[in-house]
Amino acid sequence: MARVESDLGKPQNSLIRWIDERFPLLETIRSHATEYYAAKNFNVWYVFGVLSLVVLIIQLVTGIFLTMNYKPSSDEAFASVEYIMRDVDWGWLIRYMHSTGASFFFIVVYLHMFRAMLYGSYKKPRELVWIIGMMIFFVLMAEAFAGYLLPWGQMSYWGAQVIISLFGAIPFIGEALVEYIKGDYSISDITLNRFFALHVIALPLALIALVFVHIVALHHVGSNNPDGIEIKDYKGPDGVPLDGVAFHPYHTTKDLVAIIVFLLIFSSVVFFAPDMGGYFLEHANFEPANTLVTPEHIAPVWYFTPYYAILRAVPNKLWGAILMGAAVLLPLFLPWLDRSRVRSIRYRGWIYRTSLGLFVISFFALGWLGVQPAEALYVTLARVFSVVYFAFFLLMPYYTTIDKTRPVPERVVYHA
Amino acid sequence: MTDDVDRNRRHFLTVATAVTGGVGIALAAIPFLASLRPSARAQALGAPVEVPLGSLDPGEMVRVIWRGRLVFVLRRSPAMLAQLEQTPADVLRDPNSEVAEQQPDFAVNPYRSLQPEYLVVEGSCTHLGCAPIPEFQVGPDPDWHGGFFCPCHGSRFDLAGRVYKGVPAPTNLRVPPYRFIQDDVVMIGSETGAA
Repeated sequence: MARVESDLGKPQNSLIRWIDERFPLLETIRSHATEYYAAKNFNVWYVFGVLSLVVLIIQLVTGIFLTMNYKPSSDEAFASVEYIMRDVDWGWLIRYMHSTGASFFFIVVYLHMFRAMLYGSYKKPRELVWIIGMMIFFVLMAEAFAGYLLPWGQMSYWGAQVIISLFGAIPFIGEALVEYIKGDYSISDITLNRFFALHVIALPLALIALVFVHIVALHHVGSNNPDGIEIKDYKGPDGVPLDGVAFHPYHTTKDLVAIIVFLLIFSSVVFFAPDMGGYFLEHANFEPANTLVTPEHIAPVWYFTPYYAILRAVPNKLWGAILMGAAVLLPLFLPWLDRSRVRSIRYRGWIYRTSLGLFVISFFALGWLGVQPAEALYVTLARVFSVVYFAFFLLMPYYTTIDKTRPVPERVVYHA
Repeated sequence: MTDDVDRNRRHFLTVATAVTGGVGIALAAIPFLASLRPSARAQALGAPVEVPLGSLDPGEMVRVIWRGRLVFVLRRSPAMLAQLEQTPADVLRDPNSEVAEQQPDFAVNPYRSLQPEYLVVEGSCTHLGCAPIPEFQVGPDPDWHGGFFCPCHGSRFDLAGRVYKGVPAPTNLRVPPYRFIQDDVVMIGSETGAA
């Protein structure tokens, strides 16, 4: 059948026209930007998705340049990082951007995830958007962990020792698995080399692929909004949702403001507090790795401390590892744990609001406890907050069912 | 498309192709997965190490590296051996070294060693692998009979590397294979051969 050719909607520019006949350029731009409609009542919580993309780009670019001077060998790694810091022109800036970027990656991703919990963005039909997002989070954790070994400082070495040893808790195969992961009888040059491969090739590739799929899935179902209602239910005669505005130029312009504010804060940290008092770059990591001595006070970087506190709260190796893994995995099941009829916290009752508040408190408390020494009072507190953390998820099917919700509006609440 | 498709034949071919392809991928994965095991060089570097003990006074400890792992060699003084004998069995999780993987058979004894005087244990906490700190003096906690303390998560071990109850470490410190090749030279990493 002959195709009906029409000049309507065809590009005027001959180059673009040439490309468009061979590649769906304009179609892609339309369906993902200029004719992708997102609700007009987005608030500040909706900037952290694009900000995590910005951090991803910062990490990729700075990472490539760090790789040009870094040496992934146990003899040279520590010195090569110091070489970057002292002798490479602007090397300190590139490295501080990368190390600060790691922490900011987790800040924006945690806030992005919390937004989904505030407005029920994981609920039907966005379960896969959420699951892919959680997979991005898991890969990000692995990426951060592998990257932390590379400077080959004391905390790199002993942090990796502790986390890899967790696999030793698995019955029967544990010990062999630990040796297999290390590729040696101890954490050595071989381990460093393979973590380098994972950090610069395997995991970033997985990250980029997952981010792509995350956005494809999101644009298929459409973005949620602070009212948690479907804007597609009310469309104008042109088929455009009445409460939606085009992603480009409206949301992109708004995002640009957020990006500038973000870069302002990010640069302030890079220039004035790159180690953030030992939270972004731990002081023990300014000493080269030493097999003979564990640092007196060992703690992971801040973004892992809530899970680490749960691990330490359990006086049993296997159960500690299991509960820590469960704490990381549980949010994956939120779409099915949450039985509420409404998505947004705006129309939920006091039970969910209180529960979410307690969850946030327990997450921060565990994060703080994770950097404290494993002493009596701290361990007791960590146990209490671990119970709160798990109760938030495990009791959710119950309390979201009995919680009294308020009527949801037909159209988004919007004050121009 | 005609209707006379032999569906059984098509199904068989689909399954056969998938299975053959699957087996091929699995076989092709073997070299990649095997390349992650400790290499020949790593194994060679994991050879036994000799530790001279002549200069070690009673009560002193040396740290040595075997296979990249920290190993403690402690020459226990008579006072330490007495402390060890006074440690009540009910505060320990495995007082009789019943977990077989944690020591060679020769170390299944109250001292967990070949000779009571010399303790040879891996300096790697059986919880998450931190290096325990030697704390040989008794007290001030009345339950503390001297031994090793892990700074990471608070695990405690006695002067034979036996784990206390109520700490996260599940088992006693591991005793590596070792033997004495002379009266005052210990070889860590090998338990057989001429003495």
